[in-house]
Amino acid sequence: MTGLWTLFYKELLRFWKVGLQTILSPLVTTLLYLLIFSHVLEAHVQVYPGVGYTAFLIPGLVMMAMLQNAFANSSSSLIQSKMSGNIVFLLLPPLAYWEFFAAYVAAAIVRGLVVGFGVGLAGWWFTPVALAHPLWMVAFALAGCAMLAAAGIITALWAGGYDQMAAVQNFIIMPLTFLSGVFYSIHSLPPFWQALSRYNPFFYLIDGFRYGFFGVSDVSPALGLAIVGACCLALSLATLALLKSGYKLRN
Amino acid sequence: MTPAIEISEVHKRFGSLHALRGVDLTVEQGEFFALLGPNGAGKTTLINILAGLSRATQGSSRVMGHDVVADYRDARRTLGVVPQELVYDAFFTVREMLRFQSGYFGLRKNDAWIDELLHNLGLTDKADIYTRLLSGGMKRRVLVAQALVHKPPVIVLDEPTAGVDVELRQNLWEFIRRLNRAGHTIVLTTHYLEEAETLCSRIAMLKQGQVIALDTTHNLLSAHAATQVRLKLNPNRLPEVLRSLLVAEETGCFRLVLKDYSGLEGVLASLREANVAVDELEVSKPDLEDVFLQIMGRADKEVAR
Ligand SMILES: Nc1ncnc2c1ncn2[C@@H]1O[C@H](COP(=O)(O)OP(=O)(O)O)[C@@H](O)[C@H]1O
Ligand SMILES: [Mg+2]
Repeated sequence: MTGLWTLFYKELLRFWKVGLQTILSPLVTTLLYLLIFSHVLEAHVQVYPGVGYTAFLIPGLVMMAMLQNAFANSSSSLIQSKMSGNIVFLLLPPLAYWEFFAAYVAAAIVRGLVVGFGVGLAGWWFTPVALAHPLWMVAFALAGCAMLAAAGIITALWAGGYDQMAAVQNFIIMPLTFLSGVFYSIHSLPPFWQALSRYNPFFYLIDGFRYGFFGVSDVSPALGLAIVGACCLALSLATLALLKSGYKLRN
Repeated sequence: MTPAIEISEVHKRFGSLHALRGVDLTVEQGEFFALLGPNGAGKTTLINILAGLSRATQGSSRVMGHDVVADYRDARRTLGVVPQELVYDAFFTVREMLRFQSGYFGLRKNDAWIDELLHNLGLTDKADIYTRLLSGGMKRRVLVAQALVHKPPVIVLDEPTAGVDVELRQNLWEFIRRLNRAGHTIVLTTHYLEEAETLCSRIAMLKQGQVIALDTTHNLLSAHAATQVRLKLNPNRLPEVLRSLLVAEETGCFRLVLKDYSGLEGVLASLREANVAVDELEVSKPDLEDVFLQIMGRADKEVAR
């Protein structure tokens, strides 16, 4: 277990040392969204009865920040190691593939939670929000971070360079987060887009996470968690299989 | 005794490139062994297979009796590899890197040995410096230290002295020699053949993925590179009887091959008989460079045939 702990600690230290870029900068970006959207839309939009738009927006932004940062952490750490060649420091020791997986995912979850917590705290200072079901909230937060951490590992394993990495981030991860109901309830969408949204796993993450705050959601939280859990499990198993096979790491 | 390294019938293909063509090699415990060969011969590929960084297309390898695929954890625990590429992690200091590396090998409290490594490699005052700020030679020494954190019985160094200045090279080899005397098996690759000649007791030469020579350094030297003598003659012509010994004719000089030093007497006698005086005479000891070129050249001819 020493190997796993060491790798986990190293991964934490890696993003902590450049906290300006890995924690503060996403925090500021997300808060800018909050400032602008709440200013423009607060008076015009009410999604759930009795819940103001700013309050509605906050959980969505927290989840979005967590997902993006969990993905960024595992993917950028791994692609940097691959491109610079220092991945050999992890390939030469007797680390098991599952230790590798666990350490990268755990560190990515920590970064996701740290940024998410920061956004949440700042948002709460802005507009206090209730916490109807904290356990549901935590469950969706963990599932979301773990899912994106695994996706980040897969992407970095597959990518041959930074440009391919950025392509996945910009053409898959970003659209999926923005089109998942961070800024709106899918009920406000035309039927076609509403139906399409239900194939987006990020939609269930945001919806379930919001349920933790307001006790209201588009989909029942149990069904949401089941879907999210299944996605998370599938991505984790895929990641483990790739790591075990040495895909693009041990040619 | 279990061999330190056993490589049997190892093939490696990269697409259509057949980089290793059935390599068989055994290194016994305690040996100081050199793996030589021109660029692209497959030395690094072979080391990568031993280290589990790459998988053999065919064949098997063991480190201290542990199969590098089936029993990878024990194989890696017994092996320390200094990679050829000068890699480092820009985020961390030298000491942080060594602590992490210890942890990956399951060692929790390793600071005493880390300090000793830093001292022996002349890195003590660099311990808390970010690795990205170190010079190439220092980065190389950090790689050596990282390979040794777990005191591996088998140590493989892939061109450890490339880009390292002479003094540091001496220090590094002195340290590696001490490790060898303490019982560690050492395998190295290098382009400085005089290093291999003075350090290593046994040598394998690799060319285009095949072992084309494998013997003790002593045997290779005595079997392949004969003593040579360079002569400047007056008048400048070589007696017919000595033609068979001629290996090269340079401007105003003849280079003759001798079986050993006593062969020199016969040459001088023949010259006297032919009434040719010797203006200059230089006897050269055979070195590994000659052997290397000779063996590589011979392999070329065999390939051409
Ligand atoms: N990952 C790889 N993909 C394709 N070809 C490779 C790869 N690694 C090495 N090679 C090729 O295999 C041959 C042996 O390379 P290498 O083992 O690095 O030689 P050496 O270390 O003896 O200089 C070379 O022709 C090299 O181009
Ligand atoms: Mg090489």
